[in-house]
Amino acid sequence: MPRLVIEANRPSLGYWADLYRYRELLYFLAWRDVLVRYKQTAIGVAWAVIRPLLVMLVLWFVFGRLAKLPAGDTPYPIVVLAAVLPWQFFAVALGESSTSLVANAGLVSKVYFPRILLPIGAVLVSLIDFVISLSLLGVVMAVLSYAPTWRMLSLPLFTLLGLLAALGPGLLVTTLNVRFRDFRYVIPFVVQFGLYISPVGFRTDVVPEKWRLLYSLNPMVGVIDGFRWAICREETLYLPGFACSLAVTAVTLALGVTYFRRTERTFADII
Amino acid sequence: MTEAVVRVEGLGKKYLLQQRAEAGYARLSEQLMRAATAPWRRLTRPSDRIARKEFWALKDLSFEIGSGEVVGVIGRNGAGKSTLLKLLSRITEPTEGRIELCGRVASLLEVGTGFHPELTGRENIFLNGALLGMTRAEIRAKFDAIVAFAEVEQFLDTPVKRYSSGMYVRLAFAVAAHLDPEILIIDEVLAVGDAAFQKKCLGRMDEIARGGRTVLFVSHQMGTVAQLCSRCLYLEQGRLAADGPTEDVIPRYLTSGQAIGGVSNRTPDDAVTPDAPMWVVAARTTANDGEPQSDFLHTSQVTLRLALGRNDPAGEIPTQLVCTVAVQDHLGRRVLTTQCQPSEVGDFEADDELAMSLPAPLLAPGSYAFIVTLHTHAGEIFDRLSGVCPFTITDGGSRFARYRAGDLGCVLADCEWQLISAGDLVANRF
Repeated sequence: MPRLVIEANRPSLGYWADLYRYRELLYFLAWRDVLVRYKQTAIGVAWAVIRPLLVMLVLWFVFGRLAKLPAGDTPYPIVVLAAVLPWQFFAVALGESSTSLVANAGLVSKVYFPRILLPIGAVLVSLIDFVISLSLLGVVMAVLSYAPTWRMLSLPLFTLLGLLAALGPGLLVTTLNVRFRDFRYVIPFVVQFGLYISPVGFRTDVVPEKWRLLYSLNPMVGVIDGFRWAICREETLYLPGFACSLAVTAVTLALGVTYFRRTERTFADII
Repeated sequence: MTEAVVRVEGLGKKYLLQQRAEAGYARLSEQLMRAATAPWRRLTRPSDRIARKEFWALKDLSFEIGSGEVVGVIGRNGAGKSTLLKLLSRITEPTEGRIELCGRVASLLEVGTGFHPELTGRENIFLNGALLGMTRAEIRAKFDAIVAFAEVEQFLDTPVKRYSSGMYVRLAFAVAAHLDPEILIIDEVLAVGDAAFQKKCLGRMDEIARGGRTVLFVSHQMGTVAQLCSRCLYLEQGRLAADGPTEDVIPRYLTSGQAIGGVSNRTPDDAVTPDAPMWVVAARTTANDGEPQSDFLHTSQVTLRLALGRNDPAGEIPTQLVCTVAVQDHLGRRVLTTQCQPSEVGDFEADDELAMSLPAPLLAPGSYAFIVTLHTHAGEIFDRLSGVCPFTITDGGSRFARYRAGDLGCVLADCEWQLISAGDLVANRF
């Protein structure tokens, strides 16, 4: 029979083992959110495709047609779409994970489970939306008869990077949200703002060379560059910038996990 | 007692109560400035300006529970019962002390926690089961039993937001009741559902306990606790006030005499008739030993103590003064009325009190209150109080205790039953 010892002011040692034991709950939480997401909607999961489509059309029009930014050999819609998809994934994942604890306050204050499942589950749900929205890319590429390259096989890797880039700040913000609900208002603003400071509507080489490394401090720059490299034929990966984005992602994630774990024990008391 | 399944040592839980430091009256500009900088100050110096007061919800708690024991946790609101359950179910961490648990813990702290209104009954069974710690295979194996217990077969594919509250509760209890934990923690779930379902829940809990599992049960329904639990923990202000066999602990709880809903310090101005010669100064219910009390077993006497005030201390009690006391039930209906003429009881002096005791057993388990009227035979009312000294009668083990939800009316009576044999009937006919 499993023996459990709870002692004051001592982190329980079996936390990560517990996480494994509760893996089914993670599945169920994600499954619940997926089921609930499009209940009582008329077109349901089509929203996962329509939203990036609309964003793509707007950005293509503004940056490609009005501002006439360089597209290279790749059609501008594909250049934009290669960034819109990971960006939307990041934006939704960050938004959902940062409200995950407060949104499930009832569970947090009534049932025990490793709380980190909530933000992770939220990120996984946005991953499902993202995978569905990838079909849009396929359609657009087919319509514009743009052949894919082998590099597309690296997409899962960059997707994982995008997931981690969202999870780090997501963990930080959801923890802060428990005590300060102010952060509920910060994230939509950050996401809105981020769409314009990240290279979504334009290519990274528009940014002057000397600013590029600094620009890569935005972890999404690395992710988007990766996506462009995998999808667009002539794109090259700016490695110093990519490494920089990677490092920022890793640091944020470490901070997020540490802060979350440190504060977790008090969630039920203050939520 | 077999080996301890739950061992608690020196357990304590401290909360910090925020109390705003005295702000005083400041100018508006100052107030605005303060409000504008508040978020920053709260982030940088969280302890600033907000004085914090420590509050121990639980302190120095130690006990052991063996496997297969059904233990009731009783106490007033705020005594720390819920905090204890939260600590045992790992929802929150203790400030001091340690807990040792042997086996899987499942807690039913609030029925329907984790139900999602948009999901169907079927989906919610899986979700809730997973939340309570069941694996998918386990849930699948018990699915039919859960559905049958909850009696919701027809509505399995309807979102639970369209369920009646009864169906909702039944389904939630059914999931939890089929979880096979070694330790089951239940907080007041039986306060819901209709009578038949409550009985079913009790039966199921009995079954769980007899299956060798440990149950911790929190309730304010002494009747249910008495029926279900062999042992009780009685918490008072975060401390363990008593721990022992249920029949010893429940009376201690009932006689602890906190919060008696009586009245005190009434003045002649509070009386119905100004310048009334007499009025009720104070009223309280007491046990036989004179200690204030408001919860009684059905076998113990309820005594109402009235302190009467007199407008002319030197004068005689008006001989025509009558004190009428009625008992009303929870719907405000009169159950019985009794009357006394203070002058008949004896020499009535200042600071004397009138005491009226109801015979026992008389009132059926339930909530009651008194109506006290001071008047004359001619019908002139001096003072009148209704709904005073609310008190409850708890079943202390009558033959009806097992039918907890049944309506017994207001009065228990020892009626005479006898068997008339057929032979006598024939004999009587002629």
